[in-house]
Amino acid sequence: MKIIDVIKVASKSLTSNKLRSMLTMLGIIIGVAAVIIMIAVSSGTETAIADQINSLGANLVFVMSSFSQGGAGGGMGASTGGLVYSDADAIANSVPHVAGVAVEQNTTQTIKYGNIVLEDVSILGTTPDFTKVREIELKEGRFLNDQELERSTRTAILGATIAKELFGDTYPIGQKISVGTLKLTVVGVFEEKGLVSGVDYDARVYVPITLVFDKLMNSQFSRIAGDRVRMIYVTVDDKENIDAVILQINLLLSKLHDVPLESPDFQISTQQDIIQTQSATTESFRILLAWVAGVSLIVGGIGIMNIMLVSVTERTREIGIRQAVGATPQDIQSQFLTEALILSLVGGLIGVIFGITGSWVFSKFGDMPTVVDPFSIVLAFGSAAAVGILFGYLPANKAAKLDPIVALRHE
Amino acid sequence: MTDSVIIRTDQLKKIYQMGEIEVPALNGVSITIQEGEFVAIMGPSGSGKSTLMNILGCLDSPTDGQYYLDDQDVSKLNRAQLAHIRNEKLGFIFQSYNLLPRMSAVENVTLPMMYNKAAAGNQVEMTKKAEELLGIVGLGDRMHHQPKELSGGQQQRVAIARALINDPVLVLADEPTGNLDTKSANEIMEILHNLHQSGRTIVMVTHEPDIAEQTQRIIAVRDGLVELDHENGRE
Ligand SMILES: Nc1ncnc2c1ncn2[C@@H]1O[C@H](COP(=O)(O)OP(=O)(O)OP(=O)(O)O)[C@@H](O)[C@H]1O
Ligand SMILES: [Mg+2]
Repeated sequence: MKIIDVIKVASKSLTSNKLRSMLTMLGIIIGVAAVIIMIAVSSGTETAIADQINSLGANLVFVMSSFSQGGAGGGMGASTGGLVYSDADAIANSVPHVAGVAVEQNTTQTIKYGNIVLEDVSILGTTPDFTKVREIELKEGRFLNDQELERSTRTAILGATIAKELFGDTYPIGQKISVGTLKLTVVGVFEEKGLVSGVDYDARVYVPITLVFDKLMNSQFSRIAGDRVRMIYVTVDDKENIDAVILQINLLLSKLHDVPLESPDFQISTQQDIIQTQSATTESFRILLAWVAGVSLIVGGIGIMNIMLVSVTERTREIGIRQAVGATPQDIQSQFLTEALILSLVGGLIGVIFGITGSWVFSKFGDMPTVVDPFSIVLAFGSAAAVGILFGYLPANKAAKLDPIVALRHE
Repeated sequence: MTDSVIIRTDQLKKIYQMGEIEVPALNGVSITIQEGEFVAIMGPSGSGKSTLMNILGCLDSPTDGQYYLDDQDVSKLNRAQLAHIRNEKLGFIFQSYNLLPRMSAVENVTLPMMYNKAAAGNQVEMTKKAEELLGIVGLGDRMHHQPKELSGGQQQRVAIARALINDPVLVLADEPTGNLDTKSANEIMEILHNLHQSGRTIVMVTHEPDIAEQTQRIIAVRDGLVELDHENGRE
């Protein structure tokens, strides 16, 4: 029998019972749509995380203090303390391809304006380069300047949330707020940035880092710590130079801190590292989703097998007639296999359409970032076809094995 | 002489195994049928007529013995090979018509061609031939009716057209008039006579003596054996 005829016969018998064919395909439709939507949601989430992290600034390198090394170099005092403020200058002055350096040292303080009191607010001491390095925009006023840094001027720039909580509709620039025991003048307010990798950029107050060193470290220990900094941000001029810059910083700081290269008192990471850490957490979730989707595809396949087995029994007489006029066992097998395949492929196609529309609906109305991966379409459609062949095989074989005489006598 | 022999069987035996019990349906049937003959097979119920027809029609294989169809030993062929023989050399007409219910008369008639290597694929040619044959059996105006829209006699005529579509060397009919009233039965017999006249070899099972009387030769079967085999003198 010609393939085209096999397909015609199979589709004719499927369309002669449309409701049943639809219901049989439902499992495959749901399975395929689930695969596509789940992959779209998880890769959408991943892309969103990467975008967020990248939005903190391009080609960033993070240098963090790590205090765990103790007396690695056998030395004591300064060499065990991690990063200090002057490291930032050293990096800016002697490492090539560095476009900007910003420093961060945190503390928490109670802040007040009028009778509004906010406790445990994160105060971030930093340098004028911060806005350039982290790509945060100001909504009002301006950021720190070099003079303020040098003189530990009592100025503050507010995160969007803090500004709203303290001032409401009042114009904040020029107002004085209390931070701990100090009175600071507000010179700027940031645009909203939101939560990035667990840090709320809007709930912070930014001040000159020198002010933190001089007046805002509240514990005795911190005072001893002197001009220690938590983090130095380094912007590299070009993506290609990132590795070279990391190596240079490693060499430079190990020498400055007098620690061995292999066990430094600092840690260097890139945005890529952070994205990868974040992806690892979504990865296991994604594997779970893939299993759920896979299982629903298999359930769909079993649905096809079930209906095909019923269909073979119902159509025993037809099989007998076809055999009597010359259909070989293989002809019969192809016919039923083709039916199963058409069910799964058409189901797969409808599933792809549902999957793409579903992903779109999720991102449009569900506030969930989705990215439809072309590979997921191929994967889902291919699995549907495989399921069709796999689960169509048993019924098709049963049909092919029927004895013509027995089949013809079947009522 | 052998070139005009269509059927030659040699001690055909068929034993059905029903669990522990063996049911012999054929006990050694040897017959020879020449090209162009019109043969009636008669016998009481359960005598083995259908069993013999099924083996002659390559729907079943004998337990023992030889069957030469058109000079080819078909008693040991596998299922696929038998399917090809049925398709290319045989036309089978059943008591219960056995048409596919959701197909039109034309589609039912073309069915054997779909499984025919030489003919398959040429839809126009197949339809043309089917329409021609439906014209010959007198259904020129019922081409696109489904079986449920046709009378028993009309359905059997569709079945005859289907049996002829691949130009078989042998037409087998197991009680083709068994389900029909006298008038329809006579119409079917007239078609079979015409086929015989135009040179077809026909073997037909029947219960009715007056229908058997219309053939050239009667083979009487009893208890799985040939009891009588005689020329009928008619025609
Ligand atoms: N599939 C089978 N399994 C077991 N026994 C069978 C089978 N088919 C036929 N028989 C037995 O073989 C014998 C011959 O049956 P067959 O159908 O050939 O009779 P028949 O001459 O065609 O009868 P009828 O005139 O009633 O159609 C019977 O005894 C029947 O019971
Ligand atoms: Mg019978």
